[in-house]
Amino acid sequence: MAEALAPRSPLAALADALAAVQAEGVTLAEQPARARLNLRLDPKDAEALTAAGAVLGGSLPRTPNTAATTVNGKTILWLGPDEWLVTGPAAEDAALEETLRGRLEGRHHALTDVSAMYATLALSGPRAREVLMKGCRLDLHPRAFAPGACVQTALARANVILHQAGDVPTYEITVRNSFAHYLGTWLLDAMAEYRPA
Amino acid sequence: MRFRLKEGGRIDRTQRLRFTFNGQSYEGFAGDTLASALIANGTHLTSRSFKYHRPRGILTAGAEEPSALVQLGEGARTEPNLRATQVELYDGLTATGVNAWPSANCDFAAWTGRFAPLFPAGFYYKTFLWPASFWKSLYEPVIRRMAGLGRAPEAPDPDSYDKMNVHCDVLVVGGGPAGIAAALAAGEAGARVLLVDEQAALGGALLGLRHHVDGADGAAWAEAAANRLATMPEVRVLTRTTLFGYYDHNSLSALERRTDHLGPRAPAGTGRQRLWHIKAGRVVLATGAHERPLVFADNDRPGVMLASAAQRYVNHYAALPGERAVLFTNNDAAYEAAHDIVEAGGTVGAVVDCRPEPAAPLAPALKQAGVPLHIGSVIAATHGTKRVRSVTVAKLGEGGGPSSEQYRIYCDSVLASGGWNPAVHLFSQSAGKLAFEEARGIFLPGQATQAVEVTGAANGSFGLAGCLAEGAAAGARAAQAAGFGDGTAPPIPSSDAPEPGAITPYWLAPGQKPVGHGKAKHMVDHQDDVTAADIRLAAREGFRSVEHVKRYTTVGMGTDQGKTANVNGLAILADALGKTVPEVGFTTYRPPYTPVTFGALAGRDTGPLMDPLRRTAMHEWHEAEGAVFEPVGQWHRPWWYPKPGEDNHAAVARECRAVRDAVGILDASTLGKIDIKGPDAATLLDMIYTNAFSTLKVGRVRYGLMCGDDGMVFDDGTTARLGENHYLMTTTTGNAAHVLEWLEEWLQTEWPELKVYCTSVTEQWATVALAGPKARDVLAALAPDMALDTDSFPFMSVKEGTVAGVDARVFRISFTGELSFEINVPWHHGRHLWEALMEAGAAHGIAPYGTEAMHVLRAERGFIIVGQETDGTTTPHDLGMDWIVSKKKPDFLGKRAWSREDTRRDDRKQLVGILTDDPGTVLPEGTQLVDRPGRPPLPMIGHVTSSYASPALGRSIALALVKGGRGRKGETVHAAPESGFVPCKITEPVFYDSEGAKRDG
Repeated sequence: MAEALAPRSPLAALADALAAVQAEGVTLAEQPARARLNLRLDPKDAEALTAAGAVLGGSLPRTPNTAATTVNGKTILWLGPDEWLVTGPAAEDAALEETLRGRLEGRHHALTDVSAMYATLALSGPRAREVLMKGCRLDLHPRAFAPGACVQTALARANVILHQAGDVPTYEITVRNSFAHYLGTWLLDAMAEYRPA
Repeated sequence: MRFRLKEGGRIDRTQRLRFTFNGQSYEGFAGDTLASALIANGTHLTSRSFKYHRPRGILTAGAEEPSALVQLGEGARTEPNLRATQVELYDGLTATGVNAWPSANCDFAAWTGRFAPLFPAGFYYKTFLWPASFWKSLYEPVIRRMAGLGRAPEAPDPDSYDKMNVHCDVLVVGGGPAGIAAALAAGEAGARVLLVDEQAALGGALLGLRHHVDGADGAAWAEAAANRLATMPEVRVLTRTTLFGYYDHNSLSALERRTDHLGPRAPAGTGRQRLWHIKAGRVVLATGAHERPLVFADNDRPGVMLASAAQRYVNHYAALPGERAVLFTNNDAAYEAAHDIVEAGGTVGAVVDCRPEPAAPLAPALKQAGVPLHIGSVIAATHGTKRVRSVTVAKLGEGGGPSSEQYRIYCDSVLASGGWNPAVHLFSQSAGKLAFEEARGIFLPGQATQAVEVTGAANGSFGLAGCLAEGAAAGARAAQAAGFGDGTAPPIPSSDAPEPGAITPYWLAPGQKPVGHGKAKHMVDHQDDVTAADIRLAAREGFRSVEHVKRYTTVGMGTDQGKTANVNGLAILADALGKTVPEVGFTTYRPPYTPVTFGALAGRDTGPLMDPLRRTAMHEWHEAEGAVFEPVGQWHRPWWYPKPGEDNHAAVARECRAVRDAVGILDASTLGKIDIKGPDAATLLDMIYTNAFSTLKVGRVRYGLMCGDDGMVFDDGTTARLGENHYLMTTTTGNAAHVLEWLEEWLQTEWPELKVYCTSVTEQWATVALAGPKARDVLAALAPDMALDTDSFPFMSVKEGTVAGVDARVFRISFTGELSFEINVPWHHGRHLWEALMEAGAAHGIAPYGTEAMHVLRAERGFIIVGQETDGTTTPHDLGMDWIVSKKKPDFLGKRAWSREDTRRDDRKQLVGILTDDPGTVLPEGTQLVDRPGRPPLPMIGHVTSSYASPALGRSIALALVKGGRGRKGETVHAAPESGFVPCKITEPVFYDSEGAKRDG
């Protein structure tokens, strides 16, 4: 069955390089596969918002460029006024989709499984921000970009979803599969400067 | 180091550095620039000038240097046109002066100077006009070799460069007294501050002066300030960093030289230079001022330099400009340079002041030291060839000309000062207006258009006390504007510098003959060899606009952008035109302030990082199998998979045969996929496509054409109806993002009432096309639970099920004409599916095929490719695809455009097949078609859009767009490739299985 087969990461060809990376003040690691659902619904539809929030264990973030973590262990990334990316442990993939779909029955919405569409890299450490500054035009200073901030932006020459998941700082960089190898290579290159002597 | 002072200066005498300049070995100290080390060794001659190959020396001590340009380093690391005044010395440095062969000392082309009368302003517009063919073959190459500056390196750059993006509340540009004061004030208020300075250490002009701030030596005060700034967590100081570009919205760019000063000892892993992109809330420009040269006869001889430069060489680098200097000035401030030289133990032979009654505060002290003062006088001539040996000083007579009262004064250096120009370059780049101040003859920052404030000398405050006070106030104000502090400046440090004193603008000193007569040159632009006579000539020839004069004479057009030349040139032009300076106007400063290496602009975007190479889930399999890749957008798709000994033709032919005779597989993951959901999904698709999708049954698939509102085809693909309100659209590879934007644009701007959401799922699914008569057998082995017979799984339908143990969507569609299944599985299982299919197909002779075979197969079957058979001017009707244009739908995109007369013409280019009379000739794609051979020009009737050797037909085939082509089937036309005319016949654009008998296997 499908579940029995281990998914192959789009970063598989970089696995050795990622495992070997050493840099002072910053770490880079691919995150395990996770369930991802793209959810579209009308933010004026209070009933739909409530229904989705009930399933997810917390309300959908309405503040632009933020993410919310729910009591059910889901992280919901705001992607647009009527678009969210719901993420959770990989095992919940199908069940979560089914429950949500059931609760939103009859409300105009679109729930799309995009679990296999992305890779996520976590960049963490006191120098993580400096690494990102090499390729990201946004202001990532703590006064402007704090834990919970989540943006869709360009990192080097790839579009990414950039989510600050912790105040170390830790950034989760979600990138479409086809760009993952490029972006991983770019990040490793940007970190090379901090290789221990 | 004959001219090195025994003590003083800010160099490190414990670190002796060896270097080579123009082939000769020298020594200097750590802390030297190349220029200061040369001066300490008594060498002023550095290079030859751009046009006349005149000997040139060191004029300045900073970024404004127009003439001491050097070629630094050798081989791949060589860099041309660097200012010796900004090159920090390192052990083992090698450099040569530019534009000299074999050397600056003995320059072969110096004869050009003797023919100077032949090269007046704009000479290349006047000569070399005839014969025209000589320009490219003779004149230009020779002029390029003769004129010009350094040589670009020819080998790939071994260094690395990167970029950094930074945001700040307050950006302070310039680390002199004003900039330091501004940064301290803003930093203390708590703002995020970025301070950028081009020198190795903060201090700016203080480093070249002997003044004190808060009781401490100026440099020591600057160092203490730097230490204080370093303790502020939100303050970042970048030294050795030149802010070179000021763009809209307070976006600025700076170049940081990270390891240039270390030469070969640069640590591995650190990029050589870094480009900073800065977004600033407020900008404080504390960019200082450049001293203005005086324009006098032969003022470009080595040994002639700016007074402040000499002062800096003495105070900062402990290097005397020579044995005996003469100061020529129009202002009080420059007396300080002579005074400092005397204080340091040097000799000043005379002070020449063009003002009739100067009252410089330092004049008595100089007199007491035995320095003669020549007031109301000018330097009317300089003597010497590769170094000034003496000057002729002339008392000015009535009317401003030289009187007969003249003296010859022996000297080996001339210090000249025409006053100071505020460095308003960045302010001007920011689109700020400049205002001319008559009294001092300077351009000051006027009306700003961005959130910027100019402070200190850049604002015309040339006194130290004023710089410190203005800077602190500006920093506090900028911080307040960004929301920090109350705008109150911190206490202003005290200083002991005198006020700058009086100045009388003086633009052109008379020589012994009238300007432009005789051999003497009044040099205005030292880099481009533009003289006062050239500017006057331009005025006489009718040039009135300063922009035209700039381009005609090239004044200010060198790599220095005329930092020392522009204001003098402008004043001389205004005088020649009988106008005031503001009436003549001013040219615009443009980025970069000083030149920027291409390497820094490229950053890491080189080699494998130049552009993302998009990879499918099966990419590494393709690589391992030796696939040759074809770039399609940013994707790399397998083009063909050559076996040992096969060329591309053999590989493609074999892949085509495998599909026609057995089975092949293609990685089709790159096709765009858009998930469309909502009660109005069908309505949206009916508007977007030319044909109807509301009538499509659930579980079925339909091919559709998409047109722009101009009626021209812009994308095609199949769309499946997965549920009543759920469709899956596919797009061409290159158009995936564009189509999604197209849908969103219509939904958001024109049809917001439609309840439908579109989500890209291109990379959720890995897609494999399994094609060929054996395709069903292969799939059956992997999908035992799926009924694959034609009745259960008809052409143009979709099924969900399990393939190779993975949840899959299978579409029965075909782009080859053969029985074909497109199998979609989640991306992460794409490689697994591919390998399972290869294994299951092995017994059937399965072969992977690339995009070239795909193209051949679809062309045999007459299927179009958007972008190949279409070019943005092709309608569905032109393609003979009227069958796909709905006649029932009331409206859809493109429909209205087809009622235009132009889209209904009979002689539009229409899609046809082309068969060459010689079956072995494969026409190049793009070949033009004509009715009959002849001598060009011939009327062109169309062009070949696709052309291949077809293995299935055993001959060449082509598709073409031909005017009125549909009515010309059977006619002979001629293709016109470069090799000659090729007769061919117009046919139906389908060559293989036109009945579609093969699609069910």
